[in-house]
Amino acid sequence: MNNLQAQFVTAFVTEDRWKAYLEGLVQKTYVITVGALAFGIVLGILVAVIRTIHDQNIGRNNWLINFLNGICQVYTTIIRGTPMLVQLMVFYFVIFSSSRAKVAISILALGINSGAYVAEIIRSGIMSIDPGQMEAGRSLGLGYTQVMRSVIIPQAIKNILPALGNEMITLFKDTSLVTVIGVTDLTKVAQTIGAKTYSYFMPMIGIALIYLLNVIVLTRLLGILERRLRRSDRT
Amino acid sequence: MTELNNNVLIDVQHLTKAFGDHVVLKDISEHINEGEKVVIIGPSGGGKSTFLRCLNLLEIPTEGTIIFDGTDITDPKTDINKVRQHMGMVFQHFNLFPNMTVRQNITWAPTKTGMMKAEEADAEATRLLTRVGLLEKEDAYPSSLSGGQKQRIAIVRALAMKPRVMLFDEPTSALDPEMVGEVLEVMKELAEEGMTMAVVTHEMGFAKEVGNRILFMADGVIMEQGTPDQIFNHPQSPRLQDFLAKVLI
Ligand SMILES: Nc1ncnc2c1ncn2[C@@H]1O[C@H](COP(=O)(O)OP(=O)(O)O)[C@@H](O)[C@H]1O
Ligand SMILES: [Mg+2]
Repeated sequence: MNNLQAQFVTAFVTEDRWKAYLEGLVQKTYVITVGALAFGIVLGILVAVIRTIHDQNIGRNNWLINFLNGICQVYTTIIRGTPMLVQLMVFYFVIFSSSRAKVAISILALGINSGAYVAEIIRSGIMSIDPGQMEAGRSLGLGYTQVMRSVIIPQAIKNILPALGNEMITLFKDTSLVTVIGVTDLTKVAQTIGAKTYSYFMPMIGIALIYLLNVIVLTRLLGILERRLRRSDRT
Repeated sequence: MTELNNNVLIDVQHLTKAFGDHVVLKDISEHINEGEKVVIIGPSGGGKSTFLRCLNLLEIPTEGTIIFDGTDITDPKTDINKVRQHMGMVFQHFNLFPNMTVRQNITWAPTKTGMMKAEEADAEATRLLTRVGLLEKEDAYPSSLSGGQKQRIAIVRALAMKPRVMLFDEPTSALDPEMVGEVLEVMKELAEEGMTMAVVTHEMGFAKEVGNRILFMADGVIMEQGTPDQIFNHPQSPRLQDFLAKVLI
């Protein structure tokens, strides 16, 4: 018991080490999560729009849409077909080998990765809406974009938002990969302190609990959001 | 009864529609006069829906020309949104917008197309809802309505655009039997007011009572057509006789 307490003090209290964990969590883990998610959503919307327009107009597309759709497919295939850790290292050690902006590169790499998944979330959210909705809107004389905005998106968003919440939680946990390129995120802090104090037990169990606690809180918040959405869902 | 004039409102010339290799409509030429009520009957898969959906270009014809009120709407240069604003359509599965209230369902298109100001559209919605006896449902969402109520709202939604013609694709086929009457009633009133109508239906009573002309469609062609008396009492083709024997039991 005394031993555990001593280990805890060494891992978290001595030299105000808890500050390092907190800094790692807030300034790196959360910043990268939020940055990558925001970037991923922008990218995902772009890809989803291109792919949805393409798929809903089979046979009537011009070369530009076909070309953009091709790029989107290649992008999605590569991202979903290779490990995220490898993607991160390619960005850091190959593409941006002369840059040391580790956080920015992490956001970029994780955002590009996330975009491929977000695109699928948005696309399937839109595809899940009855085609009769688009037809009804168009039959009244409104344009594709207008019907999308007033009819399709408001309905699809109820499927999309909860799935985006899950994507954020996945992303939050996956940020620990940025340790390999030397970002001092929560995981890296634990690793460093473990090495310094020759004791990995407390730092590792400690951050496992910190990740877990954050995920539990985030899940709760998303649950509340989801219930709100469902209550306003009159379908 | 309304008198018919001979102004052609929709003129279909050599309409062909294929989905891939599957030719669904085969060289159909037909017209609908202003004020006319055309009822389309026929076996399932015969191309009735596709024909109707070609009229407002929800399906793009593979070949042929459709002239609506003097405009060639199959011409790629025609603004199809403008054309559709004058053609109402009612679907088998209602397709009301579940994210909008009943009133919003009705006022959305007239205001968004710039056809009416918000107050005008609201007044029109009130007038139409009163007419079909559903004003009390104005703030309800579609999910809380019965099938018959949904379809009456869907008709009102289309009418709010003040269309020149109304297209109905099996408007009562998805309804419980006890709700069919209330929807047909609204359609009959509309017919009496002189609305031009094209109605795909299996309600033979309605076809006899309201139709000026019946088209019998099968295998992608209009096999036979005529007045309700000709079609129901003196059918010529074996296919029509066979079809009637099945539906009129
Ligand atoms: N979007 C489509 N893609 C492929 N085939 C279709 C499509 N819509 C209709 N069809 C086919 O066209 C034929 C006629 O269908 P439809 O017009 O719905 O007939 P009806 O309304 O008389 O039952 C059917 O064989 C149907 O399978
Ligand atoms: Mg049909």
